Amino acid sequence: MADLTTEFLGIKSPNPFWLASAPPTDKEYNVRRAFEAGWGGVVWKTLGSEGPPVVNVNGPRYGAIFGADRRLLGLNNIELITDRSLEINLEEITRVKKDYPDRAVIVSIMVPCEEQAWKDILPKVEATGADGIELNFGCPHGMAERGMGAAVGQVPEYIQMVTEWCKKYYSKPVIVKLTPNITDVRFPARAAKNGGGDAVSLINTINSIVAVDLDQMAPEPTVGGKGTHGGYCGPAVKPIAMNMVAEIARCPQTHDLPISAIGGVTTWKDAAEFMALGAGNVQVCTAAMTYGFNVVKEMISGLSNWMDEKGYTSTQDFIGMAVPNVTDWQYLDLNFIAKAKINQDDCISCGRCFAACEDTSHQAIEMSADRVFTVKDDECVACNLCVNVCPIEGCITMEEVPAGQLDERTGKVVSDEYANWTTHPNNPSATAAE
Amino acid sequence: MATSHQASGIQAGRLAAPEIADNFGDLHPAYDAHEAAVAADRCYFCYDAPCMTACPTSIDIPQFIREIQAGHPASAAKTILDQNILGGMCARVCPTETLCEEACVREAAEGKPVEIGRLQRFATDVLMARDEHPFSRAPSTGKKVAVAGAGPAGLSAAHRLAMLGHDVVVYDAKSKAGGLNEFGIAAYKSTEDFAAREVDWLLKIGGITMQYGKKLGEDLSLETLKADYDAVFLSIGLAGVNALRAAGEDMDGVRDAVDFIEELRQADDLTKLPVGRNVVVIGGGMTAVDAAVQSKLLGAENVTIAYRRGRDAMGASRFEQDLAASKGVTLMFNVMPKAILGEGAAAEIELEYTDVHDGRVTGTGETLRLAADQVYKAIGQTLEGQPAELELEDRKIMVDATGRTSVANVWAGGDCASGGEDLTVTAVAEGRDAAMDIHSTLMG
Repeated sequence: MADLTTEFLGIKSPNPFWLASAPPTDKEYNVRRAFEAGWGGVVWKTLGSEGPPVVNVNGPRYGAIFGADRRLLGLNNIELITDRSLEINLEEITRVKKDYPDRAVIVSIMVPCEEQAWKDILPKVEATGADGIELNFGCPHGMAERGMGAAVGQVPEYIQMVTEWCKKYYSKPVIVKLTPNITDVRFPARAAKNGGGDAVSLINTINSIVAVDLDQMAPEPTVGGKGTHGGYCGPAVKPIAMNMVAEIARCPQTHDLPISAIGGVTTWKDAAEFMALGAGNVQVCTAAMTYGFNVVKEMISGLSNWMDEKGYTSTQDFIGMAVPNVTDWQYLDLNFIAKAKINQDDCISCGRCFAACEDTSHQAIEMSADRVFTVKDDECVACNLCVNVCPIEGCITMEEVPAGQLDERTGKVVSDEYANWTTHPNNPSATAAE
Repeated sequence: MATSHQASGIQAGRLAAPEIADNFGDLHPAYDAHEAAVAADRCYFCYDAPCMTACPTSIDIPQFIREIQAGHPASAAKTILDQNILGGMCARVCPTETLCEEACVREAAEGKPVEIGRLQRFATDVLMARDEHPFSRAPSTGKKVAVAGAGPAGLSAAHRLAMLGHDVVVYDAKSKAGGLNEFGIAAYKSTEDFAAREVDWLLKIGGITMQYGKKLGEDLSLETLKADYDAVFLSIGLAGVNALRAAGEDMDGVRDAVDFIEELRQADDLTKLPVGRNVVVIGGGMTAVDAAVQSKLLGAENVTIAYRRGRDAMGASRFEQDLAASKGVTLMFNVMPKAILGEGAAAEIELEYTDVHDGRVTGTGETLRLAADQVYKAIGQTLEGQPAELELEDRKIMVDATGRTSVANVWAGGDCASGGEDLTVTAVAEGRDAAMDIHSTLMG
């Protein structure tokens, strides 16, 4: 069994699965249950300044979209930061950290964008014994209207400024949580680094309206006949999060900045993918909120099995391994030729590949009178749509046409040389191949 | 107290009322909305879907399931009823396991098809519960069409003709409409008087006049119908029953299975319906299974289906065979009746084992006897009472692809007409298609 012990910013946890700052980590009660279930760490739900806590709506806070069989694919929320007092939270954090010294406990913080506010809270957080802090620059609803959360995260200068304050008044690691509600995530990541941040975590939730109640004619969740935009998360956002993680991991200015990845992690494989793209660990929320804390057990066994199969003994062995293979489109090899191939033994003759190809793609699939579907190599551009719409995994595969063979579509022999758009004759700004 | 299983002879009340009610409940209980959503999610929305091709009425199955998925089952029902106005009954009685569900690609993928029949029932139940009729009539054409026989083919033709603006009069020999839906199929497939409710709902289109107690050849003649109407559609079913041609056939206790099923379907109180202790059903089709299973459900101790060919040749589907077996019916293959024995009333049946060579059944000479105080004959029905001027084909009224008979302005469909399997769904398709042809003929 592979050892999943992970060190992130010097903080050790028995596995790379942390619970993200969110409702599951709002209270001592929940966090203790999480640790008993096996979670490696938690980021405590965001604390605000001393004084009367924020209040939440008393109607619904969540909305969702579903896949087949009501499988929850995306969750949206309009909940705010903790609505419990700072003192109680700090007491609970202290107790939990003391009882679970081997688990990571990070405290998420969101206070007004004034140095004094940070100067006030940070020593109190430091006194809890927690392992580090996470700056909530992400929440897109509610708090942003008050000049916090995403309102800070969307301005790199503010990120840098607040990060600097935190480094000034707090001695332990500072993780800067980034909002995806920006055009280029590399700018806030660079600001976090420039401010002295030890790591970034991303993504926070995506601004969204998840559904419209067509009877009330109002967005969901609907509170008293009105709705507002909320933060979107869950399996549906994973592709967006992975791209943002990869952009930071492969940016020359931030490639050495540790990343805690967040966004739709539901199984071990999601975690492995994020980590292959450069994340040192992952944070989970929606999977736990959908299935309960026991989901971590599959994440642990799955990652461990996979590492054993691959011969990895530590998570360090594969973190970032996929980063060098993330490139720009212009560097993709245009001499790589593939064709779809339908395995007739696996085919159940649903015809979805045919409908997709015939109606929306390249008319490269033939349908016989008795519903046998075959690929026309002289039309197939290897777009992969048939693979994606086929309900049987592995039934349609993309087969590389080896160098030296004829590509029936172009009538050309496949070259064994790498050639990309930068040197292509159709590119007006092509440079001569070396 | 109920009479027990073991009471000899043909007795009523073998089971108490609660047990009878339980036994004759829905064979496939209706889906609730959640079950329907789960089942509908399994549909792959196939291209040129095999299920649709397999459906004799060509219902756009992927479309109606998608409408259920998307939360508007009433539109799903409309999609079904556009093609098959008796979609509610077909959802209950179709042998889906040999039609749409056999063709479902998930049958190939997992051995578990999308449950199309039950989804169809869900959709049509939703619409029928609204107690409104989703079709309306075109402006009157001034044409009149007579339909003889108010079974599935006749009702389907009548509805389509009425919708197209013709005035329709439907004649039926019995005192109720529905044909085999009402009189001929197992009770557990049409619970809560569904056949009659469906007829009432269908007639809401308007323009259809029902005339009961009018039998073609007795109370009506084709000559008169031709003279009084612009077109005639014959859907008179198969009124005759094949004989066993075994000794003792006329003994008490020997009966046509269709009569038993009809009596059962029309009975107000099944605890009062007599059934034998030892029942033997001769035949291998759906009627044989319906009679055998219902005998068992009424409390018969031993029920045997005796079929003269092998299992593969049986008209009843494997699902129906397994249903019978699960209810405790014994299936015997390659046996044929030789004699029914008893003192005035049947007590035993002598069966002879058979060999089948090149499709021909011959006795091997080896025999066995089973206790049999009741013997049901379910060896097929035959055309009876058809007008003499019609040409026949394979002992049925000869029709072309759109139901035209050999006589001008006379169409036919359903079990009485040549071509197609003798299924409710086939009859509906034939009635609908004949109606379309009548329409284009009348409108020139």
